[in-house]
Amino acid sequence: MDTESTYSGYSYYSGRSRGSHRHGERSRDRHKTRSKDSRSEKSVTINTPPAEPLLGDSAVRGEQVQDDNWGETTTAVTGTSEHSLSQEDIVRITKDLEDSVGLDCRRYFTLALAVILGLLVFLTPLAFLVLPHLLWPEKLQSCGTACEGLFISVAFKLLILLLAVWALFFRPPRAGLPRVFVFRALLAVLVLLFVVSYWLFYGVRILDSQDENYQGIVQYAVSLVDALLFIHYLAIVLLELRQLQPCFSVCVTRSTDGEIRHYNLGQLSIQRAALAILEHYYCDFPVSNPALLSASKSRAAKHLAGLKVYNVDGPGNNAAAGLVHSQSRAMIAAAARRRDTSHNELYYEEAEHERRVRKRKARLVVAVEEAFTHIKRMQEEEQKKAPGDVMDPREAAQAIFPSMARALQKYLRTTKQQHCHSMESIQQHLAFCITNNMTPKAFLESYLTPGPTLQYSRDHWRARQWTLISEASVTSGLKDGSIFLLKCVDFSLVVTTKKIPYIQMSEEYIDPKSHKFVLRLQSETSV
Amino acid sequence: MSFVPGQPLTAVVQRIQIQKLRQGENLILGFSIGGGIDQDPGQNPFSDDKTDKGIYVTRITPGGPADAAGLRMGDKLMQVNGWDMTMVTHDQARKRLTKKNEDVVRLLVTRKSLEEAVKQSMGSFPRQ
Repeated sequence: MDTESTYSGYSYYSGRSRGSHRHGERSRDRHKTRSKDSRSEKSVTINTPPAEPLLGDSAVRGEQVQDDNWGETTTAVTGTSEHSLSQEDIVRITKDLEDSVGLDCRRYFTLALAVILGLLVFLTPLAFLVLPHLLWPEKLQSCGTACEGLFISVAFKLLILLLAVWALFFRPPRAGLPRVFVFRALLAVLVLLFVVSYWLFYGVRILDSQDENYQGIVQYAVSLVDALLFIHYLAIVLLELRQLQPCFSVCVTRSTDGEIRHYNLGQLSIQRAALAILEHYYCDFPVSNPALLSASKSRAAKHLAGLKVYNVDGPGNNAAAGLVHSQSRAMIAAAARRRDTSHNELYYEEAEHERRVRKRKARLVVAVEEAFTHIKRMQEEEQKKAPGDVMDPREAAQAIFPSMARALQKYLRTTKQQHCHSMESIQQHLAFCITNNMTPKAFLESYLTPGPTLQYSRDHWRARQWTLISEASVTSGLKDGSIFLLKCVDFSLVVTTKKIPYIQMSEEYIDPKSHKFVLRLQSETSV
Repeated sequence: MSFVPGQPLTAVVQRIQIQKLRQGENLILGFSIGGGIDQDPGQNPFSDDKTDKGIYVTRITPGGPADAAGLRMGDKLMQVNGWDMTMVTHDQARKRLTKKNEDVVRLLVTRKSLEEAVKQSMGSFPRQ
């Protein structure tokens, strides 16, 4: 191994770093040190620092910061920097607390309501059957086999209803939506009205008059259970089946880097459509990387900074709006006259960046392939024979990691992905690849292209709390041309809908015998 | 040279007489024909009207009997020895031209330049 050097824990700086907000989740107790004797004159010390993003908010700084991290030299970890919180972080923590408390309250309230309604629904038929026996047992006509048959049918229908309700409604909630789920509320009201009307009828006609025809009462209970099963069918159709057929094509654009995806949705309310889109977002959209936007921001800053506008007439002459207006007009005119060569710079910069990325990638691929050749899987028979220098996957990963660490870190820095992958996660991934017999190319794929947001750890999502911004009411249905926004802290998703057109198809019959062909020649004969 | 099916065709023709040349046991005329009612008229490079299924001269052997007699490439054969050539199949045309007991063929051919020459000489009364 020729690429051994000294590593140690990396430094991180305080201030506006999002990493410091999640200090509760870091495992501070995993400082493992392991020294390894090697055959070269340098000694290798590998410290595994806690899992942490390596850089803070580099988008704040305009240029590439040369920071020390796990591929390079050592630095000290100061105690104060880890625990400092900025004002922004404090505000965010309190907001999270408030929101979570509010949501929990609402969720428990709806859960309690649902449980009460469910109990009412299930116990009503049983009550209908049992109450006559309790209240006027002597007057009751005993009914024979017909009643017993009806008892069995009530029992099984109730069992089926119980299973169906469990399958449809007792699922862990996927999300907390801003407004009430209209269809569920309507169904709950319908069921309540239904049961209440049945009770009313029962109370007036049967309890008051103490009806002796028990078979009629049993049939009444059976009809209630039948009707409940039909209401459950209605619930399936309204809640599950209606939105399956695709009706709209929605176009989702991320506001920061313009990633566009298209999805097909059925007839949903705007909040349910937003939920479906967000679930697709986590699976499809590549993780948002603010470091990639710093270039365009710096260009924009350069445009603005190039000109300074002075008001020569002195203050108080124009109104504030007029002043701003004249200033912006002056700037636009000056910018038009100035010879702008920023497009040239952009072209050469991008070409240079492309070359650099390719060069680093080539070095990385070679380093990883070489590192993988140092590891060989031991067969079962060999394991029993030679228990010498045997390592489990994690140790093997740590053994070959130093030889590729530098190349990998340089590549990640060039493609501005270094904050998405911590050293711990890379070693874990390496151990995983070694365990599953993956090739070096398979190991590298997750670093060469940014994957969907879900594949990264929760710290890097940058998209946790979503706000739905819509001009139409969020419980109204999707319409052709409806536009709404899904905002999170860093960026927003702009959603536009288009209706799938009505298709008019006609039929044409072709007789199979009508397929006839002629030969078209053009021969030339010499005479 | 356009024609309307079912209507009599009028064209300005040139009379060409070709003496067949004996080569071994074959009598050759020295040109190649293309076209015919069983062929694809759209592939004919010499016809103006791409639905014309007549017999056209596609190649002339330089120095051969046809060349000497004045036949040109692109000519449409209207008659061969009195037999009509405007509505024949390719094989029928070949047979009419290669009869072993005839050593002279008299052709009536038409071409665009003939038509135009007549028009010019007739002035404002072009032959239809």
